[in-house]
Amino acid sequence: MNCRQATRLLSDALDRPLRAKEKIRLRYHLLLCRGCTRFGRQIRVLRQAGRAYTPGDD
Amino acid sequence: MNGQASALSGGDIDAVRRDMIRFARLQLRDEAAAEDAVQEALLAAMSARRPFAGRAALKTWVFGILKHKIADVVRAQRRLVPVGTPDEDDSLDDAFDALFAANAHWSPESMPRAWPDPDGALEQTQFWRVFEICLSGLPENTARVFMMREFLELETGEICNSQGLSTGHCHVILYRARMALRLCLENRWFDGEKQ
Repeated sequence: MNCRQATRLLSDALDRPLRAKEKIRLRYHLLLCRGCTRFGRQIRVLRQAGRAYTPGDD
Repeated sequence: MNGQASALSGGDIDAVRRDMIRFARLQLRDEAAAEDAVQEALLAAMSARRPFAGRAALKTWVFGILKHKIADVVRAQRRLVPVGTPDEDDSLDDAFDALFAANAHWSPESMPRAWPDPDGALEQTQFWRVFEICLSGLPENTARVFMMREFLELETGEICNSQGLSTGHCHVILYRARMALRLCLENRWFDGEKQ
């Protein structure tokens, strides 16, 4: 698995349950990749921000 | 509390209403449905007879109501033809190509950096300004789908139905939105926490 695929799966994981095989391959990739680990954490911050946001903030 | 509540002017309510209308139109792409949702949310807010300590408090409260009204309308929407031009968002993909090396791993300069204190950021007014700038930098359809998922908290299936998109395409759009927003926030906010 490369980073492009891993980031896509990390995003998908916020929208659908991953299949067992996807989970295992992703987990293995994350053990070795700091960039994608951060990416996963940061898109959860985006989710948190999206929920806390009020449109048209001034 | 009551003294502060009376400080809310008609102008405050108008300003909030304008933001509500703009947001509802963007989400629903249906003028009449947007007006209705805003009207209902405002009526519900007013009938709560709750004192509001200023415009920001009123805004948070009515947007909380509007969010549910819009989500209900979106759930009832069924489009068979995609909203907008489906390929307008593809432009983002070229930008992402630059982030990855030929082997599709992060190129050294674009590897995500650590974000210091993201919880603290959400408390800062300036952060929300940056968030808004980043959001408005997305193609319109991409921004709408992202907000449906993360702000309205709709399920992906509900979003796909309302937008006339396949599930796969919905996931791609959400991926693009997250990639672009993450990068924008990192560059404009988290990278050394510069203003």
